[in-house]
Amino acid sequence: MEELQLLDAIERYLNGQMSAEEKQRFEQLRKENPDVDQRVVEHTFFLHQMEQFGDIKNLKSTLNDIHSQLRAEGAIKEEKRKATIVELWKKYKRVVAVAASIAGITAISISVIAYLFTPKANHSEYRQLAQRFARLENKQKGTEIEISQLKNQISTTKPKADPKLGGTGFLIDGKGYLVTSAHVVVNADSVYVQNVKGDYYKASTIYINKQSDIAILKIEDNRFQFVKSLPYSISKNNSDLGEEIFTLGYPRSNAEIVYNRGYLSAGTGYNGDTLAYQIAISANPGNSGGPIFNEAGDVIGVLSGKQESAEGVFFSSRSKNIYTALQEIRKDSTSEDRIKLPVTVPLRTLNRTQQIKRIEECVFMVKSY
Amino acid sequence: MKSEASEEIRLLQRLAQNDRQAAETIYRQHYNMVQSLVTNNNGSFDDARDIFQEAIIVLYQKAKSGSFELNCQLKTYLYSVCRRLWLKRLQQQQQYLPDMNGLADTVPVEEEIEAHSQRNAQFTMMEKAMLHLGEPCRSLLEAFYLQKKNMTEIASHFGYTNADNAKNQKYKCLMRLRKLFFAEYKNNNNV
Repeated sequence: MEELQLLDAIERYLNGQMSAEEKQRFEQLRKENPDVDQRVVEHTFFLHQMEQFGDIKNLKSTLNDIHSQLRAEGAIKEEKRKATIVELWKKYKRVVAVAASIAGITAISISVIAYLFTPKANHSEYRQLAQRFARLENKQKGTEIEISQLKNQISTTKPKADPKLGGTGFLIDGKGYLVTSAHVVVNADSVYVQNVKGDYYKASTIYINKQSDIAILKIEDNRFQFVKSLPYSISKNNSDLGEEIFTLGYPRSNAEIVYNRGYLSAGTGYNGDTLAYQIAISANPGNSGGPIFNEAGDVIGVLSGKQESAEGVFFSSRSKNIYTALQEIRKDSTSEDRIKLPVTVPLRTLNRTQQIKRIEECVFMVKSY
Repeated sequence: MKSEASEEIRLLQRLAQNDRQAAETIYRQHYNMVQSLVTNNNGSFDDARDIFQEAIIVLYQKAKSGSFELNCQLKTYLYSVCRRLWLKRLQQQQQYLPDMNGLADTVPVEEEIEAHSQRNAQFTMMEKAMLHLGEPCRSLLEAFYLQKKNMTEIASHFGYTNADNAKNQKYKCLMRLRKLFFAEYKNNNNV
């Protein structure tokens, strides 16, 4: 009961409902009795909490009221959320429009500029690496002809005249099938091949593909001795950028074999030709049709041409194209005598000079008449 | 500009005096901004409402304390508070925090948020205590302390024979509530 009276007193005291006399008495009591004083402080805090609680509670319900009222009025719109993209589109419509027109103008002007400044005849730059034997040489060698005629009587298979074009080819089947560049043999009346020892054989062209610059020859001479196993295989896969490569070929007219090395410098050929690679190597006319080997001694391509405007930029038909060529040959021919590509790679462990010693017997000079 | 600022101060004063009209005006002017802020940053419409109302409470308490000086536009202030509150809630949900900068200017409001979260805790404690109190004590106390009805009204409403009886009952209820509240309070402060 006393407790209740105290509470009542405190509340009246805090609310200022006490008379002056009573207030004085109460304050006196507070001073004398720390317990009562503590009670007053505690209750003040509590009442403050109550008041705040009430205020906030009231405010909250008012706000909820307002919220539903405004929503009913339509001042607050809680539409189903539009797709973000639609909103973004609305927001940035103008920006997008401006950006698009700028992009358009830029694209058009760039194409105009590109059109105006590009050299018109791009393709003249592409010089095929066929060796052009000087006509003068013919005359100079006038006296030598007699000698050669004498020699021809001994070895009847050797052609009498000098070839129009010279290139390189390599065996893909020990039975006498060679791969060379299409441009070396495309205009030839007849084709002869000569091995590193200087033996001549007559060959026939059985396949030409100008696009991939691949031609396949077959040695017709009976004197040709089959090679039992070739020391390299033909790679089916695409090669990687930067791969070390080497080639063997006959750029010299005296039929001496020449070794060159370099690296794969781009995954595509001239003007982005996907049938070819770009390689960096030093090569000369006459290297056309030569095999491009990787480190392991697999054939990854066939040397085909160079870019006139740049030094050391060459192109190589991909070795895949050889497989394509063989498929097409198989489709066309009914002969049982199928070309079998070499499979094993015995060269992997050998060093370069040993590799070359094995390979050079399979690389031929191609002379087209 | 000057008149606009003084108008906003006037509005806040009215808010502090529990003027419904003032709250409605603020609601009308600024709710949609906050709604798009929240809904554009992984929030729902309910989240937007919660956040905005909390911000109004922050504003209300600041205005009520009397020490409040609005040294930026009300819009900027509300935006800043809501942004902060929403980021905090996302953080608590451990959600991915979107980059919420760049939409509008913000002013530092960390102190307010801190004070607000403390008051919020107290509010929850009182709410809990009230809940545990049970009827008819709760209604009695609410009628007196929250709805500010006088004792005679309460007596007739609750069916007490006279105001003094009602008053006695009220004090009994208050004592119980106090006990509950301070138990909760100690509990919370110890944890």
